[in-house]
Order: sequence, then C-alpha cells, then structure tokens
Amino acid sequence: MELNKSTQGNVAVISVSGRLDSRSAPAAQVYLEEALDEYHLVVLDLGQMLSLSSAGLRVLLLTYRQADRTGTSVTLAGVRPDTREVLTATGFSNFFAMVDTVEDGVKALAE
Amino acid sequence: MNSRTEPPYDTSPAPWLDRIDAYPTQHICGFQVRPGRLFPFGATEVPSGINFSIYSNHATSVVLVLFRRGEAEPMAELPFPASFRIGSVFAMTVFGLELEEVEYGYRVAGPFQPGQGHRFEPARILLDPYAKMLSGGQTWGKLRSPGAVRGLVAYEDFDWEDDGPLQLPYEDLVIYELHVRGFTRHESSGVRAAGTFAGLTEKIPYLRQLGINCVELMPVFEFNELDNVYTDPVSGLPLWNYWGYSPVSFFAPKAAYAATGRQGMQIEEFKNMVKQLHQAGIEVILDVVFNHTAEGNEKGPVISFRGIDNKTFYMMAPDGSYLNFSGTGNTLNCNHPVVRGFVLDCLRHWAGEFHVDGFRFDLASILGRAPDGTPLSNPPLLETLAHDPVLRNCKLIAEAWDAAGIYQVGSFPSYHRWSEWNGRYRDAIRRFIKGDDGTAAEMATRLAGSADLYERRGAAASVNFITAHDGFTLRDLISYNEKHNEANGEQNQDGDNSNNSWNCGHEGETDDPEIQALRGRQARNALLLLLTSRGIPMLQAGDEAGRTQHGNNNGYCHDEPSWFDWSLVQSNESLVRFTRLAIAFRRAHPVLCHVPQAEPPDAAGAPPGLSWHGQRAWVADWSPQNHLLAAMFYAAGPVPDCVFIAANADWRDQALELPAAPGGLAWQLFADTGLEPPAEICEPGAERPLAVPGQLNVKARSTVILTGRAVSPATHRDEES
Repeated sequence: MELNKSTQGNVAVISVSGRLDSRSAPAAQVYLEEALDEYHLVVLDLGQMLSLSSAGLRVLLLTYRQADRTGTSVTLAGVRPDTREVLTATGFSNFFAMVDTVEDGVKALAE
Repeated sequence: MNSRTEPPYDTSPAPWLDRIDAYPTQHICGFQVRPGRLFPFGATEVPSGINFSIYSNHATSVVLVLFRRGEAEPMAELPFPASFRIGSVFAMTVFGLELEEVEYGYRVAGPFQPGQGHRFEPARILLDPYAKMLSGGQTWGKLRSPGAVRGLVAYEDFDWEDDGPLQLPYEDLVIYELHVRGFTRHESSGVRAAGTFAGLTEKIPYLRQLGINCVELMPVFEFNELDNVYTDPVSGLPLWNYWGYSPVSFFAPKAAYAATGRQGMQIEEFKNMVKQLHQAGIEVILDVVFNHTAEGNEKGPVISFRGIDNKTFYMMAPDGSYLNFSGTGNTLNCNHPVVRGFVLDCLRHWAGEFHVDGFRFDLASILGRAPDGTPLSNPPLLETLAHDPVLRNCKLIAEAWDAAGIYQVGSFPSYHRWSEWNGRYRDAIRRFIKGDDGTAAEMATRLAGSADLYERRGAAASVNFITAHDGFTLRDLISYNEKHNEANGEQNQDGDNSNNSWNCGHEGETDDPEIQALRGRQARNALLLLLTSRGIPMLQAGDEAGRTQHGNNNGYCHDEPSWFDWSLVQSNESLVRFTRLAIAFRRAHPVLCHVPQAEPPDAAGAPPGLSWHGQRAWVADWSPQNHLLAAMFYAAGPVPDCVFIAANADWRDQALELPAAPGGLAWQLFADTGLEPPAEICEPGAERPLAVPGQLNVKARSTVILTGRAVSPATHRDEES
C-alpha cells in the first residue's frame, strides 16, 4: 500500500493505492490521522485501492469519526465497484459522501 | 449533565500504560507465546496478538494448529504446555499473528473408547466451537469438506451508534419468517446483493410497506448446505440442505449468506442488517438449532464437538451410542452443566454482540431433556435462559415439541418468559377454513388467544400461524389435498401427512376461474383470521404473494425452487395489498392485540371485551355442524375500539343479525372476502357503511370484518331511518 498527499487550494487529496488490509492498516491510520489534523477538507482518492479488508474498513471508519469530531469534511473519490459493494453491504457507505472523480470531490468541498 | 460543565477531572488523552501481560514469556515452534487469558473462550484479539482459549473436560492435551489464510497445510502446531491449563481450560496468547492472515483449529488428545462415550482423535484438526467466523464456506454450494472448516479471528468492534434491541411489546409483533438466501436470491428480487444479508437490507422498504415489524430468520449459523444424502430422482443430482437446520457452528454467521463473505466481512454485514432493520422499526429474531449438530451419529463427520469432548456435548446411551431425539442422529446434551454454559455464551453473543431481539428455538422440547433423555419438569437450561440478564428482553419462542414424541404446546416450561409456536392454532385455523365439522368452537378459542393453553401467560405466549417453512405454503395449502414430495428423493415418504389442506376442487394449479376465485377467498379468509386473532401472528415470507412449492410440504432440500419469485408481487398484487391492509388494520385496532383491562360489562350496559354471536346476535352456535364464527371485540375508553368478525366456513351464504355497535358507534365494513378484489378490503379508516344496517349477509366461505366508527349525527339519523 502506498499513500500520497497533494493539495488543490485548501483541499488535501490523499490517494491510497494497493491493498488496505491488516498489514497496511496501522500505518494508514497514523498517516490519515496526521493529515486530518492538518487539513479540514479532504478527498480520499481510492481509485488505485485494489482491495479493502475488515481492517481497512476500520481505518475508514476511524477517519470518519475523527473528521466528525473535528468538523473535517472527508469525501471518497473514485471508489472501485467491488469496494463500493463492500462499503454498501456493510453500511460503511452511510458514513461518507462518495463522488466519481477527485476533481468532483475537490469541487464539492471547495464550494 | 450540562455539556458546558467542566469535567471533574482532567480528561485530556494520556498515554495508556501497557499491560504487564502484553509480552511473551516463551517460544513454541518459533512463535512468541505466554499463558493465555481463560476468558473469553474462543480466539480473541488482544494487544500484540491473539488469545486462544478452549475447554474440554476429558481431554488429556491440546495442540493449537495455525494456518496461513487459505492454505490446506498448517504453518505451525503449538502444543499447550501444562502450565497453560487451568482446570480443563487450555489458554495461550500467541504474539505477532496478523488477525486477517490466520486460520486455526485444534488437535485434542484423550481416550478413544466409544463404549464409554469418548471419541478423541488427535489426528484430526477440529473446529473451535467458539469460532466467530469460519473459512471454507464463502461461496454457497462450494464448502470445503466439513472436516476442513477452520476458525477465523474476527474484529468484534462495530459502530452501532445508538442502536439497541427495539423491545417491542410481544402483543404488537407481526412476525415474518424468511430464509435469508431464498428471500432475495431470485433474479426478480432486483437487489444488488442477491441472496445475502445485504440483499435483505435492500428489501427493507418492502417489509415496511407490508407492515410487518419483526423478521424471523431461518438458520443463519454456519451450516453445510451440501449435507444431504438424498438425490433428485429425476436428475440424479444431490439434493441440498437448503434450510440449514444442521449447525456446523453456533457463533459464526454463515459466510455464504454475506455479499462480503469472501472478504471475511460477514459479521459487519450482518450487524449492519440488524442496525438498518432496527432503524426501520423491525426486530430480528433468529431461528436457532440447539438440539443437535451437523456431526450426526457415529457415522457422521468429525467436525468439532465429537473430537473435543464427545461425552460432554452429546447425549449418550449407556453403551456409548448417540441418543437421537432430534431425528438427525445426535442430540446436544443441553442440560449438562457445561453445555448449558455453552448455549448461554452463544445466545449472549448474538444478543450482546449482534443486537438481535430474540430467538426461536427449533425442537425446543429437547432443551428440556436430561442428559439421559428424560423430560425434566424444571429444566435448568430453560430456567437459565429465562432469567439471564443479557437475554432479559429477548423474545424466547419455543417450537414446543421434538422428534421423539414430546408435544408441549401449552405446557412448555415457560418461567413466564417463553412463548410458543402454537401448533394447535395452525391445525385449528386450517381445519376451520376448510370446513371441517366441529371446528368452530376451537377456532373461537384460538381466535381469542388460546386461553386453554396460555391462560396464565396471556395471549403473547401464543405465536399464531397458518403456515411456516415446515409444511405447505399458503397457496399450496389451498391447492393440494396431498403432499407431493417426490422430488425429495424419498418416494414421497418424507414430510407431514397431516396437513389439513383442501385443494378447492382440483389437485394443483388450474385455470378454472371458479376454483381460482375460491382459492383467492380461502387465502384471504386465512390471513384475515390470523391477523385478527389474539396472540402474535406469524406470516411465512412469500405467502402474501402466493408463493408455491408445487405441493411439496418439505422443501428443506431444494435451493432454486424455494426462492421467492418477486414477479409474484406484481402478478398477485391484490393479495399483497390485502395482506398489507389486514396488517394495517390489526395495528390500527389495539383491541385485537391487547386484552382490555376491564372485561365485565359496565353500568352503562357496554358489552364485554369479547362476545360471541351467530345468525342471531348474542346467540352463538357451538354445535359441530355449525361453520359460522362471529365475534365482537370491544374496548371502552376515550376512543372506544370495536371490531366484529364473521367467518363463514360453510358452503352456503349465511345471514346474520348484528349486535348493536356499542358506545354510540356504527358498524362499517372493512373487509368482505366474498367481494371481488379490490372491493374486498379497504384502507383502515376508509371503511364504508353497511348496505343494510344491523344485518350482514356473509357469503359462502367468506369472512367479513366490521369496525365500529363514530358517526356524525346526520349519518346516524340516516341509519336509523
């Protein structure tokens, strides 16, 4: 798994690529926690995320909870169909706004 | 507390102090380990590792067998050192394991002395009875061999937000029994995740619209759907164990019922389903099978209990053979103190971790048998469950019989907590509707809440039903005189012969319009009586849309033919509408659910809470040849509630003189199954005045429901004139 961060205006775009599973989840969690401390508008680009395990779901939920506490807006962009199915079936999709592309996410948050 | 109040102590986050047992003390097979924590039993995530705990009263030693996820051969076998054992519990914490990357099982050593009831076979790798998730069964129909099913370690956290069991009053329930796979597997279901927990979640709008407020899920614990020795006599293909009344595990939700089973998220998916159902006001009851396991008798597979502590977990004859009160080969030794604890742990898990609202116990009379099979008058297991604090608000519903002759409908040891599937209600309503002589009086008793059976517990102890998974569907009940189970591969010998069914003049499907019309009335008569009876009504999913099994009354072994074809919801829209309105009527009239506090007539001459009538008001005919049942339910109060039911199971029309509607109300017509749909029923509240006030013509094999409604003075004068 690889994490990258860029900014577009005051929106942070964090891309997650590879597998978000129990091996990669702890590092991802620390990374996202720090990023959310710094930015209050965040697009999580999941377009390159190949798979998501239970541990990965937990990272996303912890991110949501942190965002909720701190008033940060987090939008998921480019969620692949199989990941979207997992998020829907487990109810995790109820916690996030999801958009097709990073650009859509940046635009929505910047408004 | 006011949120602006300063907390009385510093709540800013401080670093956690590490536990002093969060470190390994020794190495086994290259793994860092330490003596484990005994509780909870099973495999549990702990800081830096996984804790394994298993008990067996007769084992001499135990080995923990670890696998890399998906691999057939173990990566390591870790014997429990003697110092890792307290009593007969073996516990070990293994450090450095990735929760999502391991599968596990156990080898358990001890005597192999079948004559004494011991069947230890350390050569086999056994499933942990406390495993929270299983590997090997993620795809329906493709289970690994039962002996190769392994435990998975689950995350047990879930963000429930403010969800909790709904605690609906028993009296207000309308239960809908369904099979998780069959409910949405058919392509016509239109859901994304067909045949799964998530698919059921997608159907919540339908359930809400229908008006039910409780789903009872047929077995959802891991079972082996391939576990059937019979074959289809036509195709020669093996038959299924589709219903799943044969648990491989008691703690693990069935992965093949989860859209996310392949990702190992069946627990999250199940919990989300419960959470969403709760948000829709719908309770979740699980049909649980604690009377036997999938291991069968001595010829069955060795999966778990048999090799862990056979003599403790199963009822044994003195010669060491299996006692079989379940009809499946073995009987769980439910009242053995250890097994009682196991059952309790399991139910607490489902109630506490999964927020389920209650349980229906398959062949529950077995739970009242002693280890030697003798029925107990005060069974410790049933008493324990009735009083357990975690289960305090769970509905407990017994199938109050077993496969070896106990029939306890009305006499199940209840501790004022247990309700029962009222098998006598089912028999009575079927016989009455079909027009048998001598059934009106019993139907009256059943309609009124079966006080002959449940006088002390009240009608809430009676789960009323016409049909359930076991037997004909409603449509088949009115289309077949005989069962047609040839496809089950047992020459039509399986399934109940006593169905009290009537085909209305032709065996099976017909295009005869008269028979079709009669069947339409009979289905409505049955639904209307069920939904106006005191007690808890239970519907079988699909009956509202005319689901058929083509006369098969034991569909346990058929997969696709059992699926709910959702095109029926359109083609039988009028029956779905009828069911919806009859449920709505029940919910609009508490007098049908709750026995009013004061039954006797008051000084103003109000009628009793429940009175019986006939062709003449206030004169009921209980003779065997009478097939007319007329009842008036009445509750006084600021808004009086009054319902009149006239069910004519006779083949002739009958004219009734109506009792005066009490409390200044006037009778209005809610439903008359003798009328052509859609005029046969209306929205509650939109009832219309009678054609001839004070009189009612109830057509042959028809049921009429009236309700007393306050009328404006003008209307009142019209009726009097």
